[in-house]
Amino acid sequence: MIRTLVRGLSELAVTAGAVLLLFVVYEVWVTDLFSDRAQDQVAEELREDWTTGTPDPEPDLGQAFAFVHVPRFGADWTRAVVEGTDPDELEEGPGHYVGSAMPGEQGNFALAGHRVGRGSPFLALDVLRPGDPVVVETVDAWHVYRVTTTTVVDPSESSVVAPTPGGAANGEPTGAFLTMTTCHPKFSTRERLVVHGELEGSTSKTAAPDGPAALEEV
Amino acid sequence: MYSWIWHHLPGPLPVRGTTALVLVLAVVALLLFVVFPVASSHLELWTPSL
Repeated sequence: MIRTLVRGLSELAVTAGAVLLLFVVYEVWVTDLFSDRAQDQVAEELREDWTTGTPDPEPDLGQAFAFVHVPRFGADWTRAVVEGTDPDELEEGPGHYVGSAMPGEQGNFALAGHRVGRGSPFLALDVLRPGDPVVVETVDAWHVYRVTTTTVVDPSESSVVAPTPGGAANGEPTGAFLTMTTCHPKFSTRERLVVHGELEGSTSKTAAPDGPAALEEV
Repeated sequence: MYSWIWHHLPGPLPVRGTTALVLVLAVVALLLFVVFPVASSHLELWTPSL
């Protein structure tokens, strides 16, 4: 009787351990598969939208509206940016903080992206160095931002995505900024890794169909 | 639990082995594609925004 009970309990414990390990595998690797597919889909939809007409200036939640190119992450590294930073949106790719500036505008073009799992778009955010280009591609223009600072902040410090980074949430912008936020350290949400940049310049796609020279840097 | 299942699987050893493997794979698939996605969206383990 006791033997059966002990055996049953130990089998249960081993099973629970195996399920937990499988959950880790799911979070770290399997979610990548789902997210890569979702990212491919929103990217393809955006390219199609751009060829068929003028896109909506105010994208819906979960809808892609721009591409972000980060040469430091790899020569062809690019991700479609979707509107919104809720879990459903971030599963598709880096998400744009609702209400923050749009690419090239005065204010803070702010993005959040997962660090580990779900496509891991911002896994390597910590390798960005001051001066590195981050090129944002919209339907008609290329916006080249340059990285200025990298900081690690507490999750409560939402002023990093304010119109002027570090300023008031409803303050006036003092320039055109870029902010990218992700989890820090890896596999944890204890803090946030925050990379700021400033707009260096914008070029129209008619002037540079293949993109600015900054794409070839690093 | 596992020995009970094993003893109740029908057929000779190779058939039982195959059935057991299929059962394990079915449970893994159920976890990966149904249970974990739902659990994960409720847990909200990773929040890269602030």
